[in-house]
Amino acid sequence: MICLTEIKLIDDDGLRLDGRKPDELRPIKIEAGVLDNADGSAYVEWGNNKIIAAVYGPREVQPKYLQDTAKAIVQVSYNMAAFAGDDRIRPGPNRRATEISKITAEALERVILTGQYPRSSIDVYIEVLEADAGTRCAGLTAASVAVADAGIPMIDLVPSVAAGKADGQLVLDVGKLEDNKGQADLPLAYVPRTGEIVLLQMDGHFTRKELEMAMKMAIDACKEIHVIQQDALKRKYTPQSSVNTNEQEAEQ
Amino acid sequence: MSQIENEKVLVVPGQEIGDLSHRPGMGTYASDGKIYASQLGIVNERSGYINVQPFAGKYLPRQGDSVIGIVKDIGPNSWFVNINCPYNSMLHGNETQWKVDYGTTSQYLNVGDVILAKINHVDEIKRVNLTMKEHGLRKLSSGQIMTVDHTKVPRVIGKGGSMISILKENTGCRIFIGQNGVIWIDGELEGIAKASQAINIIDKNAQIQGLTEKIREFLGVYEAEEVDTALPLVEEPEAAPSPENEEPEHQDF
Repeated sequence: MICLTEIKLIDDDGLRLDGRKPDELRPIKIEAGVLDNADGSAYVEWGNNKIIAAVYGPREVQPKYLQDTAKAIVQVSYNMAAFAGDDRIRPGPNRRATEISKITAEALERVILTGQYPRSSIDVYIEVLEADAGTRCAGLTAASVAVADAGIPMIDLVPSVAAGKADGQLVLDVGKLEDNKGQADLPLAYVPRTGEIVLLQMDGHFTRKELEMAMKMAIDACKEIHVIQQDALKRKYTPQSSVNTNEQEAEQ
Repeated sequence: MSQIENEKVLVVPGQEIGDLSHRPGMGTYASDGKIYASQLGIVNERSGYINVQPFAGKYLPRQGDSVIGIVKDIGPNSWFVNINCPYNSMLHGNETQWKVDYGTTSQYLNVGDVILAKINHVDEIKRVNLTMKEHGLRKLSSGQIMTVDHTKVPRVIGKGGSMISILKENTGCRIFIGQNGVIWIDGELEGIAKASQAINIIDKNAQIQGLTEKIREFLGVYEAEEVDTALPLVEEPEAAPSPENEEPEHQDF
């Protein structure tokens, strides 16, 4: 096999730069209900990624012309902090953030039972505090936990992960260098309950067979992440944890 | 199925909770001949329906619910009322005990006024119409209001109204709880403070068992300085709660 990069992404033992096996996820930690003022929220630590997702709603649609009389609309705002990466990035929306917001909204729209809340809006805010590749997947993973935490009816939680190709070999949960120097990246989101794929993008080159294998790899990993998501939600309500689930406001 | 026999089963969206020998109730959906949870909450089974009692979520107006709302806007013939839900609701002049002439709405209710109303009608796109015509529905002109999550309303009321009567007896306050989670408390200042503290405790600890005892304890601490309960108790629409308040399951979180 020809090594296409100047650095070796996979060593002679078949291990990756951070010591993972090709089909191994980075450690994932999810916590539900971290914000008091949001209706639902979740914090995800995924390797070195640190992401907060907040959900507001269903609430009135702003601006009004966006409202749909048949169902709730899902609006996602993905934002990467200026300090999230190696180099400072210019704050504010950019092409990449707009794209990720859109694909995340479309993935969530597939699982949220929007028909129950006509003329309303479900607003999801994804803030990337620290980025280390795979933030769109981690962001969607966090967002779906936050939506469930907000008590919004949904078909299932949506786990998401990327598969890719580094040094000509298929790898799961692509890391920063593998993303930059590797040959392909395939973010995928999967609904375990129905078997639907609600997000699939590809950057780079796969053969047809590799694509199929990469998808299978990602889907299997999604099932693992799904368990972590469920556990995060259940943990919030396990006995003795008198968690403050909701904001209360006393009005005069 | 074993999940359902065991009470207090915590479920997450997408979790299977039964087959179609039951009917899918609130917080669930049916697919492929099975019933799945659509919300995070606790499973209960009642009269052939499987429901998920959610832990969180916005209030969805339903016909017949008694709610407390704040007037947000005035039209020539109607008021627009915030009832703590994603939709604005309308109270028409004809749906009040007053004889409201065109353009005189502000003589009766103004922006910021708090009303006790009932949901008259909700249509398929969730336009909400309120009424104040029934007995006991009125403008609330004294006291305080506070908001809890509507999913906790049954806990604040308690089994057969047990919690709410403890609160009323021990604080000397008149308390009314709207189905939308807005609570009106009126009485002596100390009593109001005590009642709202107690309700905050209920709100924060809605999942734990023996909450009634905890509240009794909390109120008992202050027993020495108990307020005179000379105030007439408001006639209590919440004593006849809608079906969801009567279910004992709420007690057993």
